[in-house]
Order: sequence, then structure tokens, then C-alpha cells
Amino acid sequence: MKAVLWQGTNHVSVETVPDPTLLLPSDAIVRVSSTAICGSDLHLLDGFIPSMEKGDILGHEFMGEVVEVGRDVKTLKVGDRVVIPFNIACGTCDYCQRGLFSACDNSNPNHRMAEALYGATSGGGLFGYSHLYGGYAGGQAQYVRVPFADVGGFKIETDLPDEQVLFLTDIFPTGYQAAENCNIVRGRDVVAVFGAGPVGQFAARSAQMLGAAKVIIVDRFPERLRLAAEAGIETINYEKEDVLIALKEATGGRGPDHVIDAVGLEAHGHGPGALLDTAQQKMKLTFDRITALRWAILSCAKGGTVSMPGVYGGLVDKLPLGAAFAKGLTFKMGQTHTHRYIRPLLAHIEAGDIDPSFVITHRAALADAPQLYKTFRDKHDGCIKVVLNPWGEAAQGVKQA
Amino acid sequence: MTNIQKSGFQEAARKAFFQGGNGGQMQDTERVAVGALGLGLLILGLGGGAGRRLLVGGLGLGLTAVAVRGSNPLATAIKVEQNNAGQTLISEAVTVNKNAAELYDVWRDLDKLPNLMSHLQSVVVLSEKRSRWTVKAPLGSVSWEAEITADEPGKRLAWASLPGSSIDNSGEILFRPAPGGRGSEVVVRLKYRAPLGTAGVVAARIAGQEPAQQLRDDLMRFKREQELGFAPTTQGQSSGRAGGAK
Ligand SMILES: [Zn+2]
Ligand SMILES: [Zn+2]
Repeated sequence: MKAVLWQGTNHVSVETVPDPTLLLPSDAIVRVSSTAICGSDLHLLDGFIPSMEKGDILGHEFMGEVVEVGRDVKTLKVGDRVVIPFNIACGTCDYCQRGLFSACDNSNPNHRMAEALYGATSGGGLFGYSHLYGGYAGGQAQYVRVPFADVGGFKIETDLPDEQVLFLTDIFPTGYQAAENCNIVRGRDVVAVFGAGPVGQFAARSAQMLGAAKVIIVDRFPERLRLAAEAGIETINYEKEDVLIALKEATGGRGPDHVIDAVGLEAHGHGPGALLDTAQQKMKLTFDRITALRWAILSCAKGGTVSMPGVYGGLVDKLPLGAAFAKGLTFKMGQTHTHRYIRPLLAHIEAGDIDPSFVITHRAALADAPQLYKTFRDKHDGCIKVVLNPWGEAAQGVKQA
Repeated sequence: MTNIQKSGFQEAARKAFFQGGNGGQMQDTERVAVGALGLGLLILGLGGGAGRRLLVGGLGLGLTAVAVRGSNPLATAIKVEQNNAGQTLISEAVTVNKNAAELYDVWRDLDKLPNLMSHLQSVVVLSEKRSRWTVKAPLGSVSWEAEITADEPGKRLAWASLPGSSIDNSGEILFRPAPGGRGSEVVVRLKYRAPLGTAGVVAARIAGQEPAQQLRDDLMRFKREQELGFAPTTQGQSSGRAGGAK
């Protein structure tokens, strides 16, 4: 089969590799019909995530059709159309049973590696996201092995097109969880979202769905701000105005009741001293990224929530913790418990509350992935979200939406 | 480095078990050995992917520094605990979503333990209290006889190697209900005499061949076997590496 491979920093390629096979009786094999490039894949491209190995198959947003099931798989059968959460959960451990699927105790075979970096017990495995997170082969490929298929395979029984359900695998639930974590009071609360990338877009629209009186989004790319404005979201371009002053003015001096940091920290790696050095060498980048979190804390209203769907990996300093304390802020963060949200959000899509395909700007064949990784990274060509067809004609060129 | 985590048993209160923790002063031979290992890891760390380079290289650098300084802060840093008798002490715990009596029963079935513990080759039950343990070692295998020194069904099991054993070791395993209906807390405490002293422990830990790590791995394997009935794996999956598997 064809698959997108990580070959080293700033180098991905599309190659032919062996088809996946069932490794355990609880596995299924899925023929991928659509797969996307996620903003967090760019951390892999940039080389900020340790423990990638040359030849790893990338991708954690994908869906398709079940073509093979292990003998212990009970709820899925060949021919089922499924979406697959980007995180892998066993469904059995105490965390899974409490709905904390991303904290799964059992799905990461490399738990020792993650424990060494983060202490305590590790989080669950992720598709196509380094050996720290289990080293599972990803879904930017024609076929993918899905472990714990009964837990991680969600049947789509309606005829909604791929593009409307694909983002249930990651960015839609991630944005939604970020908004849900704010405990928005309907018709009263103002929510500000930092970062108008795909997750920020979904966080902002989710805040609307959850009844926010007003949603404001902050970014610097006009095309992203325009996309948000189409949904009635107010926009602030932080390159054109002072973001703290603008937010104060937009909220009558109170500040937003809740703030969502959908930017995260680019310099992801940390842990043993040398890893920290690497991060510090990139200090300028790290610095830039922390700015979003700093703004979030400084702008948030008293008693508000700072919700952080953006990925932070290491140590952060010069955090205005005094401001956070003085205002009595609540912090909520962490990987998405994707499994929890798929059915309720699918119901929203079916009801016509939201059409998640609004974020897609680029559609192409899998073979075009190397070029599109760069387009997406550099925000060229108005690129906000890329969807790849693993079965499309190679070198057909990139079509804009 | 041999692996002895589920060998020997000895009745010992926790206090006595962990008394006199001490990072340890290094002997000259130990310094040389650690220094060589550090340099070796440093060189090894120059190859390989970024993750490995940072981890292995960093540890190599640390070990080299340790050898130069002649003290062993690394032993403290990576929590090698030793008592005054020069024994290495390790403990590890895991919460398993099953009741304590069930877990105790699984463990009490000594000759089945090699199914749970990857480094254990065999346990032959000789009598109600005695058993013969064999573990895989770099050069063949090592075996010894152990005796059960305490047995509280559903709660606790303790054991010790018999005098004259090739590896002097003892330990205990506790099973207790976890609060909030979360199953059981399984606690293992082991005591053993490591070949090459502190340096041996440090070196083995870095190489991933040291009982504390193996114990963690084995307890996680035990938990997963009990909760799932299998261990998650990526062995044999598709990739773009030569041979296509890893
Ligand atoms: Zn993602
Ligand atoms: Zn789980």
C-alpha cells in the first residue's frame, strides 16, 4: 500500500510499504477513504516530538471501511463505515470507564518511555504520533490497523459524506472539549479564542453551540479570521491591534469570561536535560508561542476559565501566575477524550447544527502529501485544512476548495 | 545482568526493608567501569535518531561526569536505593481493576508466574513452601531455591532465597483494595544483592535490564493481562523501515 512516511525533520515522503495485518484478535483493518493533515503533525515535521523513527507512518485523522476483523471483535463487521478517534483507548481500564479515554492506562506499549518524561503513569497510545505515544502506524495510508477496534471504531450509518464526519476523529471534539471545559453560561458568557487554526475554528463554533453570548477569535492570518467571521464570530488581528486593549474594549472592560488557548507550544520536547537544551535553542519560537497563553491569562475576566486544547510539552516560564491567582482563574487542559464526543457531535452534524467541512481549503491525493505538509506549515495559499484521498490519482495536482 | 524480581522471599517489615537508604561511595574499579560505560553510551548516542541521541547521549554524559567526580549522584537521581548491607531495594505498585482475592490467586499459582513475567524462565514448585526459580541471564540462566516466608491469602505473600543461593534476594507482594471501587493496589518490594554494586545497578538500569525497570514492565504486563487478557503491541506492524516491520 501507499503511505506517508516520516523520514526526518522537514522530510516526509510517500512510499509503498507492506499492507497492515491483524496483530491481535481485537484488531481490525480499515481501508482508508479519507485522511487529513493535523496541525499537530507539523510538530512532527519540525522535529519537535522526540522518538520518531525514520519510516514511521504518519496520520491520526482518518476514516474508512472495515475490511478485516480479528476474532474478538464484536461490534464491527466487514463493510462497516467507521471513523476512528486519534487516540487509542482500551475501554476497560478505570480511566476509560470514567470517560477519560486519552488517559487510558493500557493502550501504550511504550509506557515506560512516556513515564520517564512525564512521571506517574503514561497517557494512552496515539496513531502516527511517535514512539512515546506507542509507536502505532498512522492513517495517512491506504490501509490502517485499528487496535481495540470495538472501542475505537465508530460506525457511521447515515450517508453523510466523509468530509462532514472525518473531523470527528480529532479537531472537532478537540475544539468542542475546549469549549465545554469553559462551563459557558448560556446567553451570558463571552468567550475569546486564541488561534484561528482548525481547532480554534471548532472551539469558537462549539462555544456558539454551547450558548456563548459572544465569541471573539484572535489570529493574524486574514483568511482564518474571515472564515470565523462568516459564522458571526468577532475577530481581532493581533498584528493590527493591541490584543489586550482590543479584548478589554470588546468586553466593556471585564475581559472575556473564558479564554481558549488553541495555539499551544511549538517547542514540544523536554525532559532529560539535553532535550531541554534543544528547546532552549529554539527559544525565540518557544517565546512566541507562550505569548498566547500569557495573553489568555492577562485578558481573562475574574473567576473565568483558561482552557488549553493547544499542546504543551515542556517547561514554561514567565507565566503570569500572580494574575491568574488574583483573578481566581480555573485552568483546564489535556488531550481530547475523543471517544466521548463522537456520538453527540455526530448528532449535531446530522441535525444540521454544523457542517465541519467548512475548514477544508485543500483536497488532494495522498501522493501530494509532501508538498501539502509544506503548504500547510507555511500557511501558503490560504491553507487552513488539508484532506487527502489515499486512492486518488497521484500527481494530479492540488485542487483548492 | 540477571533478573530476579520475583525470586526469593523473606518476611520483613517495611521499615527494616528500607532502612539506611544510601547512594553509595564508589570504588576505583567502579569508577572505571562507570566511566567506560558513560563513554560508550556517549559514542552510541552519536548515532541513531534524535530521541535516542538525546536520551542515550545525555545519560552517557551524566555517567562520564559521575566517573570523573567519583561520587554517584546518578544513583540518587535515578533512585537506586541501597541499605547498609549493600543490598539494593526496589518497590513498585500498580492498580488493577480486579479484586484482591482474584489477583492473589493468580500470583499464588507460582509455576504459572513465567507467563506473567517475561524475564522468568521457570518456577518449579517443590513443596508447599519451597520452589526452584530460574531466570534468563546474559550467559545462560541462573537458578536458586526460595521459600515462602509469609502467606496471607488475598492479602500478602513474602519469600526469600535459601542460604547459599547464587543470588541472595527476598521480597513481598501486597494486595489491597483500592479506594472508590477501582479494583486493587498491588505493591511489590524486593531486596537483592546486585553484581558490581551500585555501578552495576546504574548501568543495568540505563540498559533497561535492571530489576526496577523489569518489575515495572512486569507489573504493567500483569495489569494488562488481568484487565484486557493480552498486551497491546505494535510488533509486526507496517512501516517504511527495511523489512517493513517494527
Ligand atoms: Zn491532531
Ligand atoms: Zn483504557
